[in-house]
Amino acid sequence: MAREWAELTPDEKREERFKAWMSASDIKFTSPEAGKAYRERVTRLGRAFQLQKPDRVPCNIPVSLFAASYAGMTLHEVMYDSAKLKQAWRKFLHEFGDMDTYMGPVFVPSGKALEVVDYKLYKWPGHGLSTDTLSYQCVEGEYMKADEYDDLIQDPSNFWLRTYSPRVFGAFEPFRNIPPFTSIEEIAIMSFVPFGIPAVQAAFEALLEAGRESIKWAEAIGSVINEALELGFPSIIGGLAKAPFDTLGDTLRGTQGIMMDMFQRPDKLHEAMERITPLTIASAKSSVSDSGPPIVMMPLHKGADGFMSGKQFETFYWPSLKKVVMALVEDGIMPMLFAEGSYNQRLDIVRELPGGAVAWYFDQTDIFRAKEVLGDKACIIGNVPTSLIMTGTPQQVKEHCRKLIEVCGKGGGYILAGGAMVDEGDPANLTAMMDAVKEYGVYK
Amino acid sequence: MSGDFANLLADLKEDEVLKLTKERIESGEDPIKILEDSRKGMEVVGKRFADGEYFLPELVFSGELLKQVTEMVKPHLTKAVETKRLGTIVLGTVAGDIHDIGLNIVDFMLDVNGFEVHNLGVDVPKEKFVDKVKETKAPIVGLSGFLTPAFDAMKETVEALDKAGLRKDIKIMIGGGQMDEEVRKYAKADAFGKDAMAAVALAKQWIGAK
Repeated sequence: MAREWAELTPDEKREERFKAWMSASDIKFTSPEAGKAYRERVTRLGRAFQLQKPDRVPCNIPVSLFAASYAGMTLHEVMYDSAKLKQAWRKFLHEFGDMDTYMGPVFVPSGKALEVVDYKLYKWPGHGLSTDTLSYQCVEGEYMKADEYDDLIQDPSNFWLRTYSPRVFGAFEPFRNIPPFTSIEEIAIMSFVPFGIPAVQAAFEALLEAGRESIKWAEAIGSVINEALELGFPSIIGGLAKAPFDTLGDTLRGTQGIMMDMFQRPDKLHEAMERITPLTIASAKSSVSDSGPPIVMMPLHKGADGFMSGKQFETFYWPSLKKVVMALVEDGIMPMLFAEGSYNQRLDIVRELPGGAVAWYFDQTDIFRAKEVLGDKACIIGNVPTSLIMTGTPQQVKEHCRKLIEVCGKGGGYILAGGAMVDEGDPANLTAMMDAVKEYGVYK
Repeated sequence: MSGDFANLLADLKEDEVLKLTKERIESGEDPIKILEDSRKGMEVVGKRFADGEYFLPELVFSGELLKQVTEMVKPHLTKAVETKRLGTIVLGTVAGDIHDIGLNIVDFMLDVNGFEVHNLGVDVPKEKFVDKVKETKAPIVGLSGFLTPAFDAMKETVEALDKAGLRKDIKIMIGGGQMDEEVRKYAKADAFGKDAMAAVALAKQWIGAK
């Protein structure tokens, strides 16, 4: 990136980032054909993301845990055995055939790492859910109490380390006893004393063990992703970020808690979101690498239709989310806002974001209307119903894709995808999606 | 006065509602009247939710207010409250799924619309649905689910109700997250409802109520 980064406009920064993604400077392709296919795919995706017309509509096959069931394995098996994890994902990679994107096993955590720290925020197969369940699920709770807003606002890191972590990680209970790191000054030997307590040492030992396990795990995941890249299959997720309202509402205060706060302590809630926003921005920016996809996926939860009114959305949900989005946009990163549930009532509000700078991934929103309202401003992604892909026939899936391509594909700026992720079912229904973009999605 | 109370509750005026509850208890009024008024207030909340004026935050908050009022009133109750019910419904999130936000909205709406709801909670094994239907003789079963593994769990629950010989006597509705008409067909349920209002409409239709 030649010119001084800070001097570039947001549009120029985005162009630079998309160019770097395309240049694939650090990928050792298995063949010149693989390199060519990679560049074609990234060009296709990049043009669609940036509201232009590619050679044809790109398709993002909606798989996250699908490779496990495809290989005849349970989620439990692949969460506890990295060799099996690699085996399953490589099998899908080598057998599925042509695809515009490939999703590595990035959403499969190591069961062992989670057990070592006694993670309480989630249930997973073999740990609160039966071993044959094909999902892990968040356990709703008030992991931050209503009277702890000031603690969070005053020093989020300290709150996370000494109050929140001990609640969601059983093994970190002793962290309550360690001093805030900001109290460590001068010749600080007295500050070290708590770290000598056996229980605290055991907590750190658990953290170290989780770290060792996670490095091995990340290597396994990385090796599959690299193999896919070398074969010419790009990913479209460069990083993840959440809306500040969801950070508080999903795993700190919980749905019930945050909704009470909207009535009982709205000022504190606003203050806390303001405090969290720069942290979210920093973490999202640092998750994007210089040569990977310049795209941050943002799964949106509690601002969906039905969860709150339009006025509440504009008051509580949107302002801090918009700040995160704009900070990424200004740095040339494209936020891919994944509107879980439906966003029919939000389309007119979210239209205010700058054109060509964001992408909207829709689950159950009326995507035809979304194209009408947002089509000139944002890339639209979606939304073959998950139920159809899982229970329908390839013909039905292909026919549904045709309609989506004809309406949403008009003029470019569209990526065919599922509404949510498909974890099991007939792979022919996924192939039908690829067939559809090739048959109906070519731009003349 | 009683109309005021119901309205204050429906308008979510926390301080006023609690103050008035205290005053009414202290004045020696029959506590059952307070609960009846609360119920009227909650019916208004349900109506406003159905009309798109209220959303989840208002349901949550009104539920909390009701809880506070009930707790204040409880020590003064001398007899149980009897409410006439339109019908009985067994409700739960199917096995392998632990989500309950949608489940609880449906519970709330069915309750304020006059149904006796047996909410089995989350991750409910199919046998538990069977047992509860046998025990309550409920003519309606509501299956909730958020994620895709619920597709099979719903199918298996319907099959279990069938095997237990109960299927012909009950109507089954499904809803939540990724559920839709496709899943309804797959699970062989009787209807899919896209929201809590649909659940109420279905339940009323099935028991022949207006």
